[in-house]
Amino acid sequence: MSSEPILELKHVYSGYGSIKALRNVSLKVYPGEIVAIIGANGAGKSTTLMTICGIVPLEKGDVIYNGSSIKRIAPEKLPTLGLCQVPEGRRIFPRLTVEENLILGAFYRDDKPEIKRDIDHVYSLFPVLGERSRQQGGTLSGGEQQMLAIGRALMTKPKVLLLDEPSLGLAPIIIHQIFDIIADINKNQGTTILLVEQNANLALQAAARGYVLETGEITLEDKASSLLHNPEIRKAYLGE
Amino acid sequence: MDSFIQQLINGITLGGIYALIALGYTMVYGVIQLINFAHGEFFAAGGYVGVIFLSFFAGLGYMETHPVLCLTASFILAMMYCAYLAIGVEKIAYKPLRKEARLAVLLSALGVSIFLSNGLMLTQGVYVKAYPSELFQGGLNFGMITISYLQILIVSLTAALLVALNLLVFKTKIGMAMRATAQDKTMSALVAIGSNNIISLTFGIGAALAAVAGIMMGLYYGSVNYDMGFVPGIKAFSAAVLGGIGNITGAMLGGLIIGMVEIFGAGYISGEYKDVFAFIILIGVLYFKPTGIMGENIDDTRV
Amino acid sequence: MIQEFKKIWKQYAITMLWLLGLLWPLLGIHPDGTLSFQQTVTVWSYILAGTFVCFIIYIINKSGNFKFFTEPVVNTSQKLSDMVQDMPSWIWKSALLICAVIYPLATGRYATDVAINVLLYVSLGLGLYVVVGLAGMLDLGHIAFYGVGAYTYAILNVKYGMGFWVCFPLAGLSACIAGCIVGYPTLKMRGDYLAIVTLGFGEIVRIILNNWMSLTNGPNGILGVKTIGILRPVMENGFTFEMFWVKKLEIFYYFALGLAILTIIAVTRLNFSRIGRAWESIREDETAAELMGVNTFYYKLLAYAMGAIFAGFAGALFAARMKFVSPESFTFLESVMLLCMVVLGGMGSIPGIILGVIALIALPEVFRGLESYRMLVFGSTMVIMMLFRPSGLISAKRTKQMTTKSEVKE
Repeated sequence: MSSEPILELKHVYSGYGSIKALRNVSLKVYPGEIVAIIGANGAGKSTTLMTICGIVPLEKGDVIYNGSSIKRIAPEKLPTLGLCQVPEGRRIFPRLTVEENLILGAFYRDDKPEIKRDIDHVYSLFPVLGERSRQQGGTLSGGEQQMLAIGRALMTKPKVLLLDEPSLGLAPIIIHQIFDIIADINKNQGTTILLVEQNANLALQAAARGYVLETGEITLEDKASSLLHNPEIRKAYLGE
Repeated sequence: MDSFIQQLINGITLGGIYALIALGYTMVYGVIQLINFAHGEFFAAGGYVGVIFLSFFAGLGYMETHPVLCLTASFILAMMYCAYLAIGVEKIAYKPLRKEARLAVLLSALGVSIFLSNGLMLTQGVYVKAYPSELFQGGLNFGMITISYLQILIVSLTAALLVALNLLVFKTKIGMAMRATAQDKTMSALVAIGSNNIISLTFGIGAALAAVAGIMMGLYYGSVNYDMGFVPGIKAFSAAVLGGIGNITGAMLGGLIIGMVEIFGAGYISGEYKDVFAFIILIGVLYFKPTGIMGENIDDTRV
Repeated sequence: MIQEFKKIWKQYAITMLWLLGLLWPLLGIHPDGTLSFQQTVTVWSYILAGTFVCFIIYIINKSGNFKFFTEPVVNTSQKLSDMVQDMPSWIWKSALLICAVIYPLATGRYATDVAINVLLYVSLGLGLYVVVGLAGMLDLGHIAFYGVGAYTYAILNVKYGMGFWVCFPLAGLSACIAGCIVGYPTLKMRGDYLAIVTLGFGEIVRIILNNWMSLTNGPNGILGVKTIGILRPVMENGFTFEMFWVKKLEIFYYFALGLAILTIIAVTRLNFSRIGRAWESIREDETAAELMGVNTFYYKLLAYAMGAIFAGFAGALFAARMKFVSPESFTFLESVMLLCMVVLGGMGSIPGIILGVIALIALPEVFRGLESYRMLVFGSTMVIMMLFRPSGLISAKRTKQMTTKSEVKE
C-alpha cells in the first residue's frame, strides 16, 4: 500500500438545496484496497458517492483524485479518468439490450477489438449475462441487473470503482456471488473499491478499512476487522 | 379506384413530410421530455432558407447548368442552417430551464415559436414567397393516375432519410448513447456520455429533418409563408403523439396516418374540415390507447 | 466586475454572434445572385445596441450598483407587504374593491375598455387555473370554451332573439358540456398527451366556427349581437318595468367586475375545499390519489367543467360587449396568452394570476407603438421572463401558507 491516497475527500459539505446531507466528511482511499462506508438509512452514504462524481453539488471542501482536485470536472469526464460509480438501484438502461448496456460502458473508448475483448471478459465473470446478451436490460432479474451494472462499470476500465449498495434487494445467495466477484475484481485487476453498504456485516468482511457515517458525519474510522468486533458497531449495525 | 390510388399516392407524399417533422418532436421529447413548440418554426425556416438558396443559385445562373447540384446544395445548406438555429435555441432558451418546472420550459418554447415566426415575417415579409416552379415538371402517367417527379423525389428522399435515421439511432454507438440519455441522464453521465452534447445533437438532427420537410413542402405547394410552421407543426405533433411520443418508429407511422387521413378526408368527406379529421382520429386512437400506437407507458410526466 | 461576470459576458457575446450567423442568410442572400452584408450588419447592430443597454443595466444591477435605489424600494415593499399581512384581510380587500369600483369614473373610455378586457381575462385565467394549476392538467385549448360561450349567446340572440339573462346560464352550460366532451376522452391520458388533445380540440372548435356557414356565418362572424338588457322599475303611470339597454362602457365594466369577483370567490372557495384538496392530490400523484379513494375520474371531469363554465360566462359577456363575434378572437395564440397569464403571474396563486393578466393585457397596449415588432418583443419577453423568473412573478408559497393557516383554524 503506497502512502498517497488515490481518492481523498477533504472536509466535504454538500446537500440538496437547503438540506445539508454531508457535513465535514473526510476520508481517504488508498490504491488497491477495498474501503467500506457503513451507516443507516439516510446517513448520506449515497450522497457521498454522488458528491464524488459531481452529481450532487459540492458546497465546501475538496475531492482529490489521483493527486488533483476533481471538484470542477464535469461528471461525464470522470469515467474517462478511471473513476466510475455503480449507483444505488443499479440504473441499467432498461430499454437497451444487455450488450448495448455494456458497449455504452465503453462509450468514451475507441478501441473496438479491445472493447470486444472486455465484453467477453465481463461475460466470463458473469456467464448469465452472456446468455442474455440480446435481451433488454429491463427484463433481467434484480441480481442479473446488478451484475450488468457492475459489468458496465468495468467496461469503463476503472481505477477506482464506487459501489452503492450492491446487495440491495437481492437474495442471499446472489449477494454472496456478487461479493465474490467484487473481491475478485479487486484482487485480480487491482481495482480500488469504495463500497457503500447498509449490510455492515457483509461490507466489513469484504473491506480492509471502514468508515461509519451517521447523519452526514463520519463518526468512526478503523480497520474493518476491528469495526467488526467493536461492540457499539455490533449493537448499532449488526443487530446484537 | 383510380382516384383512390391517386389519393393514396398523395397521402403518402404528405404523410412522409409530416413524418419528417414529427421525428423532430418525438426525438426531442424522448430526450428531454419537452414539447418543442418552436419545431414548426424550424420547419418554416427550412422552407425559407431553401427558397433563398435556390433563388440565389438561379440568380447566378447555375440552376440551368447544374440543377441537381443546386438542389442538393440548397437542401444541405438549409439543413445546416436549421440545425444551427435549433442548437442555439436549445442552449439559450431551454438549457437553463432544465431543472425548472416543465411548464416553464413549455412557455419558453412557445415564446421562441412566436419570436421565430415573427422574425421570419419581419425579415422575409408578410407575403408568400414563391418557389421556382420550373424545377419539377411532368411525371409518370398510368392511365388516370399521375405520379409527379416531385412526388417521387419527396417519397424517395423521405424514405432514405428515415432509413438513415433508423440506422443511426439503432445501430451506432452514438444512437445508443441517445437512447441511453433519453432513459437516464444521470446514469449516462456516469458512463461518460455528455448529455448536453447528445441533446444538441438531437435538436440538430430533428431540425435538419424539419428543414428537408420545409423545402419539400415549399416545392410541393409552390410557395412558403411566414406562418406556415403552425398548422403542419401541430399536425406533425399529433402524428408524434399518435405514434406514441418518444418512439421514432411510431412518429413515422403516425405521420403517414395523419397524412392519409387528411388527404382521404379532404377527398371523400369535406375539404373544409380536413384539419378536423386528423384531430378526431388522434383523439379516437388515444381514447382506446392512451399512450399512442407504439408508445410505452411513460411515467407520470405531467405539468 | 468584468472578472466576476466573465461567464455571462461570454454567453452574451456568443449569443450575439449566433444571431449574426442566423440573420445573414435571411437578409444577405439575394435572388439576383448577389451577397450583401450592409443590411444584416445594420439590423444586427440595432439589436446589439438594444440588448447591450439592457444587459449593462442587468450587470450593474447584479453587481449591486443600484443598491442605493433598489434597496429602499425592496425594503418599503417588504414593509408594505408585512403591513398588509398584519392587517385584517378585509381592510385591504375592501380598499382594492373601492379602487376597482371608482376606477371607470376616474379614467377615460380607453382605460375602461382595457380594464374590461382585463376583468374578462381574469375570469378566463382563473378558469384555466382550476384545470392547470389545481388539477395539474395541461390545457392548450382553453380559449375554445370562451368561444363556445360567446357563440352560444350570439347565435341564440341573433337567430332566436333570446335575451342576455336567459342566454348567460346557457352559455355557461354549453361551455360546460364542451368541457365534458373534451374532458371525457382525455381522462385516461396523462401529462403531455393531454396537451395535444386539448390543442386539437381548440382547433376543432375554431375550424367548425370558421366553416359552419349556416350557423356561425363562417369567418365573417355574427354581427348585431344585442347588449345586456336590464328591467328597471319606472314610477310613472303606476309601477311598471322598463327595458333598459346597457350601452355605456362603465356599466359593462361593473358587469365584468362582478363576474371577476364571483370567479375569484368561487375559485378561492374551491381551492380550500374538499374538492380543491382532491384536485391537489391528483396533481401531485394521480396513482396515490386513486389509492387513497379519490375518484379521479369525477374530479378531473369536474375540473374541466368548472374551468369551462367560467370561460363560458366570460364569453357571453364578451359577445354582449363587442356586439360581434368571429373565429378570429379564439385562436391558438389566445390560448397561449392565457396560459402565459396563469404561469407568468405565478402558478398556484390567485393574486399572481391577476397580476399576470394585467401584465399581459396592458403590456401589449404599451408596446403598441412598436407595431409589427410587438409580437417579436412579446415572444422574447416570454423567454426572458421564464429564464429569470421560472416560477412566476408571485410564487405559490404564499397560497401554501394560506392553506396551512386555514387548515389550522378548521
